[in-house]
Parts: sequence; C-alpha cells; structure tokens
Amino acid sequence: MEALQNTLRETWHFYRRTLTLVAKGGKVYYAWCSLLLVIIFVGLVFYLRQHDAGLIATHMNDQVSWGLYIANFTYLVGAAAAAVLLVIPSYVYHFKPIKEIVVLGELFAASSIVMAILFVMVDLGRIDRFWHLIPFVGSMNFPQSLLAWDVLALNGYLFLNLLIPIYLLIKFYYHKEPNWKFILPFILLSIPMAVAIHTVTAFLYNGLPARPFWNASILAPRFLASAFCSGPAIIILIFQIIRKVSTVKLEDEALFKISELIGYAMFLNLFLLASELYKEYYSHTVHIEAFEYLFQGLHGHNQLVPWIWTAMAMNVTAFIIFLIPATRKRLLTLNLGCLLIIIGVWIEKGPGFVIPGFVPDPLGEIFEYVPNLLELMVSFGIWATGLLIFTLLMKVAIPIETGEFTHVGYVERTHRVEEERQAWKQISSGKF
Amino acid sequence: MRNKDFTRREFIRNLSLTALAGVSVPLLSSCTKEETEDFLQKHFREMTKEEKQGVIAKLEERYARQYGRKFQISTQEALPDTLWGYGLELSRCIGCRRCVYGCVKENNQSRRAPQLQWIRVLRLKRGSLINLENSEHYYSPDLVPEKGFIYLPVQCQQCQDPPCVKVCPVHATWQEPDGIVVVDYNWCIGCRYCIAACPYKGRVFNWAEPDIPREEVNPSVHYLGNRPRMKCAVEKCTFCIQRVRQGRYPACVEVCPTGTRKFGNLLDPNSEIRYIIDRKRVFRLKEDLNTESKFYYFFET
Repeated sequence: MEALQNTLRETWHFYRRTLTLVAKGGKVYYAWCSLLLVIIFVGLVFYLRQHDAGLIATHMNDQVSWGLYIANFTYLVGAAAAAVLLVIPSYVYHFKPIKEIVVLGELFAASSIVMAILFVMVDLGRIDRFWHLIPFVGSMNFPQSLLAWDVLALNGYLFLNLLIPIYLLIKFYYHKEPNWKFILPFILLSIPMAVAIHTVTAFLYNGLPARPFWNASILAPRFLASAFCSGPAIIILIFQIIRKVSTVKLEDEALFKISELIGYAMFLNLFLLASELYKEYYSHTVHIEAFEYLFQGLHGHNQLVPWIWTAMAMNVTAFIIFLIPATRKRLLTLNLGCLLIIIGVWIEKGPGFVIPGFVPDPLGEIFEYVPNLLELMVSFGIWATGLLIFTLLMKVAIPIETGEFTHVGYVERTHRVEEERQAWKQISSGKF
Repeated sequence: MRNKDFTRREFIRNLSLTALAGVSVPLLSSCTKEETEDFLQKHFREMTKEEKQGVIAKLEERYARQYGRKFQISTQEALPDTLWGYGLELSRCIGCRRCVYGCVKENNQSRRAPQLQWIRVLRLKRGSLINLENSEHYYSPDLVPEKGFIYLPVQCQQCQDPPCVKVCPVHATWQEPDGIVVVDYNWCIGCRYCIAACPYKGRVFNWAEPDIPREEVNPSVHYLGNRPRMKCAVEKCTFCIQRVRQGRYPACVEVCPTGTRKFGNLLDPNSEIRYIIDRKRVFRLKEDLNTESKFYYFFET
C-alpha cells in the first residue's frame, strides 16, 4: 500500500516537474511555440470549414481522389521509418556517438507518425465514423484491406517509438540502469516494424492493378530507399538545432556517420528509379502514360514536369555531395545536401508519386490537380502540430539526457521533510 | 464457435462504446438524439430485423421532412438462384447519354454542384477500343452518332472478384448473393480507397451534401441502392437493385432508345443474357485484370 502511494506520489511529482519544464523557456522558445500554435489554429479553422462543407472544399475530385494530404502521409511514414537507421547501429553495433542521440531520433519518429495519422484523418470524409476502423469495436477488414494493415502497423510503431524512449528517459531520470531484458526485445522489434510500416504503406498503393503507375513490384524497395534518405536528412538538421539551443553534446562524427548512410540510400534510390524508368521507357506499353505525364507531360498537360525535374536535380546533386567525403564532412555542404534531399524526396514521393497514379485515370481521362489554399493551410497546420509535439518532447527529453533534469532534487527534499519530521517527533516526545 | 465469437465481439464492442460514450458525455449531450443514433448506427449486415425497421422508420421520417414526400424504403433481399448479368451491344449505341440521365433520375444522384453520374459514355475514334487514353468523355455535338466514332458506355461492371470490396478497410461495401456490389452509405468512412482500386471508375464520391430538387426525387428506393445519400460517402451503380429485385429492368435498360442494353439472370439458361453469351462474340472490359466482371460487351452477330 505504501509502495503504491509512493509510486503515485513520485509519478505526480514527475508530471508536475515536467509541466513546469515545458511551460518555462527563453524568448526564442516562447516565440517558436506561439508561431506553431498560430499556424495550428489557422489550420484548424480551415479544417473546420472542410468538415462543414465536405471534401468539396478541397481540389480533389473523382479523377484525382487523393491529393496533398495522402502525399504528405506517404512522405511522413517514410520519415518515421527512417528512425530505424539510427537504432540499428546504436543498439546492435554499439556505435557510441549515435547511441546518445537515438532516443531523440525515436521521439522524432513518434512525432512523424502522429503527423502521418493526422494526414489520414483529415483526408477521411467521415471523421465521425472513424470508430468503424477500430479493431473489435468497428469492423476492420483485416487481413484483406491494406489500409487495415496500415492502421495496425502505424499504431504499433507509434506505440514502440513512445514506449522505448519514454522507458529509457524515465530510467535516466531515476539514475537507474534500464532493464535490458525487458526493453531490448522491443528495440529489436522496432527494426522490422520500421521496415514493415513503410512496406505496408507501399503495398497499399502497390496492390491496385487499376493503377499501373503504382502496380510495380519495385515500389516497396523504392519507398524504403527514399525514406532512408529523407528521414535521416531531417534528423541531421534537427540535431544541429538541438546542439545549438541546448547543452547536448552531439559529436560531428555522429552526423557524418548518418550522412554516409544517406549516401548509400540515395544511391539505391536513384538506381531503383533508373531501373523503373528503363523498364517503362524501353518496353513502352500503354502503362507508360503516367510516367509520360510526370516526366514529359501528356497531351499538353505538363504541370508536374518542372517539379519532378527539380526533384531529380536536387536528388542527384545531393547524392554527389554525400558521395564525396570532403563535402559530406563539411557542415555547410552537408546541410545543403540534407535540404536538397528533404525537398527532392518530398516532391518525388509526395505529389510526384500520388498524383500520377490518378493521371490518366482508368478510363483515360486527364485531370490536372493542384491543391488549393485550404489543403495547404490544413497541411501546414499538421506539420506545425508535429513540430510542436516534437519541440515539447525535446524540452523534457534533452535535460534528462544531459542530466540537468533528474530525480535527485526530489530525493533531497523528501529526505529533508523526513528529517524534519523525525526532528519534530523527537521534540514532541520530549527528548530535548 | 461462430456464435461465440460473435457474442464476444458484441461484448467488446458494447463495452468499448459504453466507455466511449461515457468519456464523451459532454460532447454527445451537445448532439441531438438523432445525431447520436446516427453516430452509433450499426453495420447494416449486423442489424437485427427490428433494428433495421427502426432505421427505416427514422429514414422515412427524415426524407419526408427533407423532400416532403412519402418514401418507400425497401430492404428486400436477393432473390434465390439469381446472378445478375448485363449485356451491351456496342454496334447499336449512338452515344445519346439517355442512360446517363435516366440513371441520375432513377437513382437520386446529386444534380448540381456537383452532378454525380454512375454511367460514363466514352467516345472512341474508330480503330481503337482497348486503349482508353484517347477516349473523349465530354463530347457534345449537336447530333449523335458522329461519323468516325464509336461509343463505349462504362458503369460499375459488378465484378465477381471486386477489387473495391477487397480494399475497403471497414467492410462498408460487399457483394450480395445475386452478385450486386452494394455500399452501406452509413458505414462508409469516406477514405476513397475503393475509388483508387476500381479499374472502371465505377464509383463516385459525394464531395458535398447531395443536392436533389424536391420535385425530382424518386421516393421508391432500396436501402442499399438509390436512397438519398449523405456527404462524403461513396456510391455506385447497383444494377438498380430497387427494380431488379422486383422483376423490373434497370432504368438504363428501359430508357435506351436503341435496345443496346440487355439484362438478365446468368444462372437461368433461358435468359436473354445467356442467349447473348452463348451466341454472340462477347468480351469484358479489362479482362486481363481478372476481376471477372458480369458486364458483357458484344457486337451484332
């Protein structure tokens, strides 16, 4: 009973301190959070308008029935999956410099998954019927529908990426050695799960013979390769920001190691894309139409063409930057490469992947989709939500990692209270 | 075994819904009773007979309020030993689109902003049939048929192995025993995965609240067919389920001025559709996708 009471008190204490930690910060911190809150608010206002009018408020239609939301979803699942890139070397090969930052990487993955799930939610026409998707409560079409798989995989991955870092952080907070027998299986499980979420997301598109552009067996490998470029690229940038604004010591060596991995992944990504382009252009069947629409324009419709060539240029430039050790190991060029990859891959596997699946549509109709202001604002709102979640998580996680935020203070205080109580007892018992 | 499973599922569902309701009491109390009922409405195939009657009564009242008409909402089940099949004689079609508008009227599609249509007539240059890339969907000459063109009407092909049913994450769409693929409009979550999966563009989405003028509404409806829908649910051709289960032809068959469209029971060796399959040279659209569609195109002789 007393143990339980103690645990409850400890937990409450931890929460209270966490809340204070999150609520207090410098000017930059307040400005950043307020900016994000404003963007979230604007996004929410636009979303409510969409909710009211129906999806007619967007520019999607029966020809292009998925748009910017699902494009962002696809990209973010990839970014989340990429956290595994940090997990493998740090836990399995005990590569020290990355080990220190892996918890942060996993929290990044969790934030990305939250964003990905939010993008699916805003794309649902009937959010009020969301409960139909919940296993045992609704009637989930498992294992037939890949969307059902995705719901399970994404939530499973989110659970893992919250459980692992939170468990480790709490152990750090109490200065205790983590129980590796308990947590290591989850860490190891998160590796195949990362591959799984992105494979399932690829299969979601891949299994539709109605859409030849997606119906290519190379799709899942391509998804993984591009994810392992963009995710770590985002992480490299974020870690440099963290290093600037906190006392966390992140060695350059860790960043360079990640950048080397990005180099390999980008090579694979470009190679797989080239293989697909070769097959389509050399065999030149009717299924080439979507590729023509994307890369050359089809019957005068060529709105995606400048985008995809920009993406290609960015990806190739980034690949060269990450290939040459001299440019890879200079922060300026490294950051440029990361930025190019983040944008290039977003175009390639966001709009550049989702839209050509619908153009031309199965009956040969061509409709050029451009997202409208509402879709943009809702999307910005979701990105801001993810960033805010990540910022708040970092606000707590970083001080724990650096040892600034620990259990010690509390222990001292309880001791003091206990000592006072003892002293009081002695006084009242008249020993003095 | 099955029964036991079912009760367990029921139990978990009720428990979770109770919990959900408990948590969201303030939220739900701001909704009307009707909205709450809508929110908690079960999947059509899991309702008991009484529950179905309750839902029908509620809908009749709502439609009467909305359209000022008395609706007949049928939940008639599939007739025994029937598997509906469709025949379309391409050499007869003149591209007049009477089927398109006959369907809109019969099936209570949204009329304006936007207008939904379950049938699309494609105009193809003579010499090409399989590659639909060069098809024209929005042809509008003063007079049809036009020289040098043929017309290819496309609607839901009622696949025997439907990709849309396979991908639906919540079982909101399924195949009835008579082969018709239907949608529970109240169960659809509006994810539009089925639209992405359909090779025939057989499904359309209510992007906005449907808009049917009071005087044009068809009050004789089937629950799984032409009853007025709601915003952000998917819909599709049901071979006029409200008609064919009562022994009538689909509206498009009736309205066609050239006798292009044929309809019948594939399991009945004496039906017209069987006669056509046995004696004409029939083909099915995108047969290479193995959807086993029950929509047969053919030419005279």
